[in-house]
Amino acid sequence: MSVQTLTFLIVGASFLLYMGIAVWARAGSTNDFYIAGGGVHPILNGMATAADWMSAASFISMAGLVSFMGYDGAVYLMGWTGGYVLLALCLAPYLRKFGKFTVPDFIGDRYYSQTARTVAVICAIFICFTYVIGQMRGVGVVFSRFLEVELWLGVVIGMGVVFFYTVLGGMKGITYTQVAQFCVLIFAYLVPAVFISIMLTGHVLPQTGFGATLADGSGVFLLEKLDMLSTDLGFKEYTTNTKSLLDIFCITFALMVGTAGLPHVIVRFFTVPKVSDARKSAGWALAFIAILYTTAPALAAFARVNMIETINGPDAQGMSYAEAPSWIKNWEKTNLISHDDKNGDGKMFYSGDERNEMSIDRDIMVLANPEIANLPAWVIALVAAGGVAAALSTSAGLLLVISTSVSHDLLKRNLMPNISDKKELMSARIAAGVAILIAGYFGINPPDFVAAIVAFAFGLAASSFFPVIIMGIFSKRMNDKGAISGMITGIVFTAAYIIYFKFVSPEMNSPENWFMGISPEGIGTIGMIINFAVALVVFKMTDEAPQEIQDLVESIRFPKGAGEAQAH
Amino acid sequence: MAFKNEGDQKAYWKDNLSILFTLLAIWFVVSFGAGIIFVDALNQIEFFGFKLGFWFAQQGSIYVFVALIFVYMKKMNTLDKKYGVDEE
Repeated sequence: MSVQTLTFLIVGASFLLYMGIAVWARAGSTNDFYIAGGGVHPILNGMATAADWMSAASFISMAGLVSFMGYDGAVYLMGWTGGYVLLALCLAPYLRKFGKFTVPDFIGDRYYSQTARTVAVICAIFICFTYVIGQMRGVGVVFSRFLEVELWLGVVIGMGVVFFYTVLGGMKGITYTQVAQFCVLIFAYLVPAVFISIMLTGHVLPQTGFGATLADGSGVFLLEKLDMLSTDLGFKEYTTNTKSLLDIFCITFALMVGTAGLPHVIVRFFTVPKVSDARKSAGWALAFIAILYTTAPALAAFARVNMIETINGPDAQGMSYAEAPSWIKNWEKTNLISHDDKNGDGKMFYSGDERNEMSIDRDIMVLANPEIANLPAWVIALVAAGGVAAALSTSAGLLLVISTSVSHDLLKRNLMPNISDKKELMSARIAAGVAILIAGYFGINPPDFVAAIVAFAFGLAASSFFPVIIMGIFSKRMNDKGAISGMITGIVFTAAYIIYFKFVSPEMNSPENWFMGISPEGIGTIGMIINFAVALVVFKMTDEAPQEIQDLVESIRFPKGAGEAQAH
Repeated sequence: MAFKNEGDQKAYWKDNLSILFTLLAIWFVVSFGAGIIFVDALNQIEFFGFKLGFWFAQQGSIYVFVALIFVYMKKMNTLDKKYGVDEE
C-alpha cells in the first residue's frame, strides 16, 4: 500500500476513535462542560494534561529546533518541563482547593475586584487565541504534505473534528479524547526514534543511544561525531552555547513561569476529585511529558547526523543532486527544502559557511525523519497521525478555555448573573463554535507574525498571571490595588518590549540593542520581576486585604474540606 | 476550623514552606545551576558519553523535575495526615 493510502487509513481510524469517545462522554451540565464534573482519575488526567500541553509545536517543531540550535535548544526542553514543578508545588493544589472553574474566577474572587477579573479574562482569551491559531496551522501542514489535499481543506477537516467533540463533550469529552490522543502521539513519536536509535547506535532507548558510540564500528561517540561535523562545516560545536548564558537563563525562566501561568494548563487541575489528586496528577502529567521531552533531543541529534551524511555523503564532498533521495524531492514541493547549485558541480552541500547550497526548514525534521532513515511506509503514516493528534488535543483544550471565559467569566460573572445553567451551557457551546471558526480562518490565512506571537503568549502569562496567583496564595494580605497595578505594569512593560523588537523595529532585534542582552523571548522574566516589585510597593502604601479574604486564603492552604467531586 | 488550634495551623504552613523551598532549591540547582550557570565547568566531566553540563541541560534536569513532584506529593500527604487535614 502507498504511504498516502496508509495515512488516510491511520488518520481516519484515529478520527473515528475520537468521535466515538465524544459521543460516549457527552456533557450534561456546565459542571461537566467546564471541569468534567471534577471526577477524572489522576493518572488519566495526567495523560490528558500531557496531550493538552504537547502541541503541534512540541511534536512537529521542537526536535527540529533543538537539531539546529544544539545546546541552546535546552531552553525549550527545560523551559517547557520545569514549569510543571512550579505548577505542582506552588499553584495546582491551592487552586484545586479554591474550587472554581477558571483562572479569572480565582483572580476576581481573591482580589475582590471586577477590574482584576476583566483584565484576567482579556489576557486569557488573548493567550489562548494566539496558541490555537498555530495549532490549526499545524494540522494544515500535516494534511497538505501527507494527504496531498489543499491546506485549506486540511484546516477545515481539523476544525470539523475539534468542533464535534468540543461542542458536544466539553471538558469531559475533551479529557477522554485527549487520553486517546496522548497514546497515539507518544507511540507515533517513539516508534521512529527507537528505530533510528537502533540503526545508528544499537541502543533501543533513544535516551541512552544519545550518549552512545556509533554502531558503524568506529568507536566514536555520537555527540563527538556531531561536534566534529559541526565544526568542520563551519557551525558552532553542537554541545556548547551560541546565545549568551544570561539570555539562555532568562528565556528558560520565562518559559517555565509562562507555562505555570497558562490558563489552559492550570484549568486541568480543577478536574480531579481531591487536592492530593491535583498533586499526583501534576506528577503523572510531567512523567508523560518527559517521555517525549527526553526523546526529542536524542532524535534531534540523530536527525542532524543522518541529514548531514545524506546530503554531504560519507566522504563529505557532497552527493549528486540528480540521485537525491525521494524525501528531498518530496519536501522541495512544499518549498521547505531548496537546493541552489552555486558552484555548478551538480552536487548538494550543506554547511554553516559560504560553501552551503541548501536551505532547510527546521520544521520538517520530525516529519521527514522516518523518510531520511528509510523507515517503512506505515511509520510515516503513524507520524502524520501523531502530529494531527498533538495539534487537535491542544486546540480543544484552548478552545474550551476561550468558551469558558466567554460564557462563565464574561456572561455569568459579569454581564448576566441570573443566566440559567442550561443557557450558560448553550452559550459556552456557541462560544466554542465561534472560536473554532475564527481560529480556522487564521489557520488558513495566517498573519505572518504567528511565530513572533508565541513569545507574546509566554511573556504575557509570565508577567501577568504567574506573580498575581503566587501572591494570592502565599501572601494573605496582598490587596487588589497591588495586584492590579502589578499585573498592568508587568504586561505593559513586556508587551512594549516585544512589540518594539518584533513589530516596530525588527531591524533593531539583535543582542547589542537588547536590554542587558535579553531577547524578547526572555523578557517575560524581567516583566515578572517588575510585576512583583510594583505589587509589593503599592501594597505597602495601601490597606491590606479585608479579613474575609485573608480567611479565604487561610482556607485554601490545607486540603481538608475540598468540594465534593461528582462521580460519573 | 480544620486544625486543632492556631499553633497547629502555623506549624503546618511552616513545614509546608520548608518542604517547598527545599524542593525548589533542588529544582533551581539542576536546571539553572548545572544546566546553565555552571555548564562550561561541568562539561569538562564525561558522563556515559555525554558532557555532564550538556546532559543536565537536555536530559538530567527533566528526570529530576519528575522525581521532585512525586517526592513533594509523598511528603505533603504525610504532612496532611500528621496535622489531620487530609481528605481521608
